[in-house]
Amino acid sequence: MTNVSMTVNGKSVSCDVSETTLLSEFLREDLRLTGTHVGCDTSQCGACVVHVDGKAIKSCTALAVSLNGSDLTTVEGVGSASNLHPMQAAFKKHHGLQCGFCTPGMIMAGIDMVERYHAAGQELTAEAIRHELEGNICRCTGYHNIVKAIEEAAGTMAGQKQAAE
Amino acid sequence: MYDAKYHKPSSVADAVAALSGAEEGKVLSGGQTLIPTMKQHLAAPSDLVDVRGIDGMSGVTAADGTVTIGAATTHADVASNADVLAHLPGLACLAGGIGDPAVRAMGTIGGSVANNDPAADYPAAVLGLGATVVTDKREIAADDFFQGMFTTALDEGEIITAIRFPVAKKAGYAKLPNPASRYAIAGVFVADTGAGVRVAVTGAGEDGVHRNAALEAALGGDFSADAVEGVAANEDGMMADIHASAAYRAHVVNVLAKRAVQAS
Ligand SMILES: Cc1cc2nc3c(=O)[nH]c(=O)nc-3n(C[C@H](O)[C@H](O)[C@H](O)COP(=O)(O)OP(=O)(O)OC[C@H]3O[C@@H](n4cnc5c(N)ncnc54)[C@H](O)[C@@H]3O)c2cc1C
Ligand code: FES
Ligand code: FES
Repeated sequence: MTNVSMTVNGKSVSCDVSETTLLSEFLREDLRLTGTHVGCDTSQCGACVVHVDGKAIKSCTALAVSLNGSDLTTVEGVGSASNLHPMQAAFKKHHGLQCGFCTPGMIMAGIDMVERYHAAGQELTAEAIRHELEGNICRCTGYHNIVKAIEEAAGTMAGQKQAAE
Repeated sequence: MYDAKYHKPSSVADAVAALSGAEEGKVLSGGQTLIPTMKQHLAAPSDLVDVRGIDGMSGVTAADGTVTIGAATTHADVASNADVLAHLPGLACLAGGIGDPAVRAMGTIGGSVANNDPAADYPAAVLGLGATVVTDKREIAADDFFQGMFTTALDEGEIITAIRFPVAKKAGYAKLPNPASRYAIAGVFVADTGAGVRVAVTGAGEDGVHRNAALEAALGGDFSADAVEGVAANEDGMMADIHASAAYRAHVVNVLAKRAVQAS
C-alpha cells in the first residue's frame, strides 16, 4: 500500500491504495465517484475519460500512484443538476445519449476538445469533432446527436470565454 | 492486474538501479500499452520503473540538422512541437495520427519504439529517417534496432533515453488505419534524406517494420508519386490476417507510398 494525494474536483483527497490501483478504480471504489464509467478492458471505449492537470486521459489506463499530486476533474466536477455545464446542457437538448453509459466520457472528451481547439485558435468543425471522438465509443446513438451537442457547446463555451475576458 | 512495486526515480542511474534490483522489472512510460497488457494478465512485472519523473527525459531539442526527442515525450507534445513542425512536419503528422487524443496525451515515443509493435507508427519514422536510438549505455542505428515483431536490440534493463532524428530534405507518412484500433493495417514513411531515399513500411510485414528496396530504388531516381507507378506490388513477406490479405497489403503499400510522397 502507498499513500496517494490529489485534488479531485477542487477538494484535496488522500488514500492508501495498492501500487497497481488504476485511476478509474481509485475514483470509483476509493472515492465513490461512480460517474466515471469503465466500459472495456482494452483502453478503447473512452467511458472512463477524466481530466488530469488539464489533459483528457483514460483513467483505466493510468496508475493512481503515478498521478500523486495531480489536479483531477471528473464528470461530477463540471456541473451540477441545477447548474449544468454547457456541454451537459447541449447533450440534454440534442438528445446526445440513449442509455447514457458512454456519456461521462463523451462530456469530458467534448470539453477537452473544445478547450484544446480554442487554445490553438482552430475551428472545431463537425468533421474535426468526429475525428476527435476516435477514442470514445457509443453503442446506442450513432454519434449524430453527440456531434451536434459538442458543436453547440463549443459555441456556448466560446461565448462564455469572451464574456469573461 | 497482479501486484507490482512502483518506483519513480528522478535520474537514469536510479532507474537502471531499480531495474537491476528487481526480479522482473519493466520500464513504465505512458502506460498505454503496458497497462492494458497487465490488465489482461499478459504481463506480470514484479516492479514498474516510471521514467516520466526523470530530468531531461521529455521534450524536444533541434540543433545541427537533428531533432532529438526525449523518450518520455508524449505523442501529443511531438505532434504540436514547433521544432518538429518546422523541421520534420511528417513526423508531427504521424504522431498526431496515433490512436486517439487520450492515448496521445499519455503515450510516449520511447514506449512505442521499445515495444516495436508490428502495426505501430513510430517505428516507420525511426527506420524511414534513419534515426538513432539513444539508451542509457549506447547509441543504436535504426537499421540495427528493429529485429522483428516486438523484438529490438535493447538488452534486458536497457532504457531508451531519446531518439535522434536527422532532418530530411523531404519526409512524409501515410497510413491505412484499422478502423477499430487505429493501428496501421499498413503505413509507409518515405524520406529524401539528401544522401538517398529511405522507405519504411509498418503494419504490413510478417516481421514488423522493414525497408522496401523496390520503392527506395524507384524513388531514388525520381522522388515523385509517379515514380511509384511502375513498381510492382510485392506480396513476399506481407502479413495476412482477418483484416487484409497479403496481396491487399502489398497493393496498399504502393498506394500509401504515393500518398506519403505527396504529403512530404
Ligand atoms: C486505444 C489505443 C490505440 C492505439 N493506437 C495506436 C496507433 O494507432 N498507432 C500506434 O503506433 N500506437 C497506438 N497505440 C499504442 C500507443 O502509441 C502507446 O503509447 C505506445 O505503443 C507505447 O508507449 P507508452 O509510452 O504508452 O509505453 P508503455 O505502455 O509505458 O510501455 C510499452 C513498453 O515499452 C517499454 N518501455 C517504455 N518506455 C521505455 C524506455 N524509455 N526504454 C525502454 N523500454 C521502455 C515498457 O517496459 C513496455 O514494455 C494505441 C494504444 C491504445 C490504448
Ligand atoms: S474503460 Fe477506459 S477506455 Fe474503456
Ligand atoms: S448512449 Fe449508450 S453507449 Fe452511448
